[in-house]
Amino acid sequence: MLGKGIIKGLAETARNFFGSFVSERRLTTVPYPDARQPLAENTRQFPFLVYDGDDWEQGLRCVACQICEKECPPQCIYIVKSKDKKPDYKGQMQFYPAVFDIDLAVCMSCQICVEVCPFESIKMDTEFELSTADRFGGLLFHKKQLAKPNAHYHRIHPTDAAASDAVLAAEKAKQEAKARAAAEAKAKAAAPAPVAPPPSAS
Amino acid sequence: MSIAAATNGKRHRLVPPPSPADGALGELLEISMGPQHPSTHGVFRMNLVLDGERVVKLKPVFGYLHRNHEKIAESMSYLGSMPYTDRLDYFCSLTNNWAYALAVEKLAGLQVPERAEYIRVITAELTRLQNHACLGGFLLQDMGASGTPLMYAFREREKILDLFEALTGARMMCNYMRFGGCRCDLPPGWREQAQRLVAEFPAFLDEFEALLNENEILMARTQGVGVLPASLAVNASISGPMLRASGVNYDIRKVDRYGIYDRFDFQVPLGEHGDVYDRYMVRILEMRESLKILRAALADLPEGPIMDPKARLRGFRPKPGEAYGRIEAPKGELGFYLISEGGPHPYRYRVRPPSFINLTILEDMCLGQLVADVVIILGSVDIVLGEVDR
Amino acid sequence: METLAQIKARIEAAVAGAVVEMVPNDSPSGQHSLWVDNSHAVAVAQFLREDPELRFDFCSNVTGVDWPETERTEKVKTTRLVDGVETSVEEIRKTKRPGFLEVVYHLYSVALKHGPLILRLRTENRSDQVQVPSLTPVWRGCEFQEREVFDLFGVVFTGHPDLRRILMWDEFTDHPMRKDYVEPDDYEYEPTPHDEVLVKARRSGRGEAGT
Repeated sequence: MLGKGIIKGLAETARNFFGSFVSERRLTTVPYPDARQPLAENTRQFPFLVYDGDDWEQGLRCVACQICEKECPPQCIYIVKSKDKKPDYKGQMQFYPAVFDIDLAVCMSCQICVEVCPFESIKMDTEFELSTADRFGGLLFHKKQLAKPNAHYHRIHPTDAAASDAVLAAEKAKQEAKARAAAEAKAKAAAPAPVAPPPSAS
Repeated sequence: MSIAAATNGKRHRLVPPPSPADGALGELLEISMGPQHPSTHGVFRMNLVLDGERVVKLKPVFGYLHRNHEKIAESMSYLGSMPYTDRLDYFCSLTNNWAYALAVEKLAGLQVPERAEYIRVITAELTRLQNHACLGGFLLQDMGASGTPLMYAFREREKILDLFEALTGARMMCNYMRFGGCRCDLPPGWREQAQRLVAEFPAFLDEFEALLNENEILMARTQGVGVLPASLAVNASISGPMLRASGVNYDIRKVDRYGIYDRFDFQVPLGEHGDVYDRYMVRILEMRESLKILRAALADLPEGPIMDPKARLRGFRPKPGEAYGRIEAPKGELGFYLISEGGPHPYRYRVRPPSFINLTILEDMCLGQLVADVVIILGSVDIVLGEVDR
Repeated sequence: METLAQIKARIEAAVAGAVVEMVPNDSPSGQHSLWVDNSHAVAVAQFLREDPELRFDFCSNVTGVDWPETERTEKVKTTRLVDGVETSVEEIRKTKRPGFLEVVYHLYSVALKHGPLILRLRTENRSDQVQVPSLTPVWRGCEFQEREVFDLFGVVFTGHPDLRRILMWDEFTDHPMRKDYVEPDDYEYEPTPHDEVLVKARRSGRGEAGT
């Protein structure tokens, strides 16, 4: 019968219309911004810089190695290395970024900077409501705007943050063990040797 | 399952297909359709010459979105091009990633661990599901079914994008695959969520088919329209569902058996008439086959590493040589051709974009058709301008 | 599929006078290719398509490659008579390879489900002798791709039915995929933190963002 297919289709539309009041499968949207979908843990938007402790300038993990600047596909990162050094989380003296800018208008949220960073210092944020009236200056984020505490990282990506803390802790432990071993060897070498062994390390 | 079985063999062509020999040519009218025409799926223009309502000549014009992706890639590290491939066919970023990763793996001789291969198959088939579902919606939108089927398809796509977000961190620009594996492992609970989606998806397909397959208007508008004969389809390098709708059994998943596709049991749906309706139906049936693959892959997913230990993220310099890698993307054969000179950048980087090449025969399909059908024929080619223009 | 050497031998037997040369590929992909001379390219393509054992009916990918003139220096050890004594001397030899444009075709067979066979055509140079025969009469699928190669590389395909620019606009004059292409500095740059682009942006009179 001609028209049967159309009637069948209309029945389907009616089922969907009434179903959307009762079935969760048929109602997938939420009235944003009054209600929000929970974000997945892996969600990534734009990069931020992690700092430890309370002082954002002192605690910044970034050592201005400029790997992310080189690897960034759209070249949206701009770093100027400092002239002086400051101690990092291990207590080693390191350079720090005198200028660290990310142009969010250019950034394409690819996460390559995070992947190549050897210092666990740049991570992806989940903040996406960044609209601004100033197209150029407003989307150019400076070091201060980019710096966010480790606690923030723990809040948005708990699994990744724990993993990166573990990496840093392991490195710190390694460094401390190395320092201790070096100190012991030094003490041994400095002490008057009873049997006079050759100084193993200095 | 064949198309005839899926639709009980129904064909409803109410208007006889027009032929170009109908009467003498009247006064010809030249019109430019696009680039802002809502039916052109982006910025695409067709220069039409019409005789009354019939198309006498059609010249596609594109390049409005051209940003010379290949040139950019040749000045960038191999890894740096990966996020750009997301932006070729922005509907199917994961299959684009895979094609590029496959070509680089051939070039550098990297092995992909088994678990990563499974994850790739799962993500690629999910991509195919959402692409085909939306294509059905868009095609019907072009036909005047404004909104309803498209919104139904988008509702399902939303759930697939949620899965992508949970896995890769982004909904569309996933940038997930790496040379020699995948970037990160599945988050906890992802597999179960995907299995739930695969279990629920057939209900959507049933609904979608009940809504449309036997709809007389759809049949009248699409059957016998834009016929593409098999011999021309092969000669013109048409690939993907378009080629199969013309009855040519050629699926790269079956032919090349790249990845681990030889482990899955699935059929290749074929069309008989090569018209718009067959192109639509082939995609609907392909979704059912994708679900079969997904079910098997999610059940068999092994444990293990997800990256080749030889693979390096930074300082990646393949030996001099060249490689062409291709996969069956939802839109057709997506290939990447790379030449390495041993440096950190590819010397030559070429994308073989399926929807660009599928446009070659647009004029042939449209000649003698009504101008209103041009919209549907273009819709059935399934183009994405990000890929056509690159 | 037959090996490349077999295919080469059969081409030479079937197409009289055709010059076919193997181009080896050292990468792990092992995709070696055949370089065919321009005057017999169409006949070779026809043979590849029609031959019942090859049936390369699907021309998947067509692309150009730009090879500018390069000078390669290599160290060669030679023996030479120096003051009446034969000694081995290291010599630096310079070899000049003239520049040319290359068109690469990736062929597959849909009927027999094999491939790829890679064909290469080369132009004489990069400036005035840039013609290669078009294979569009053999494989319709080359039509848009050859137009693209013409547009981006400047290879002129003789026998192409409709050779126009395809991605760039008609009034554009240069060929952007060539290695020596210099982009015109007439764009409206948007200021970014990068000094180089920022300088250009300031020159084109845009905003003063950045540091």
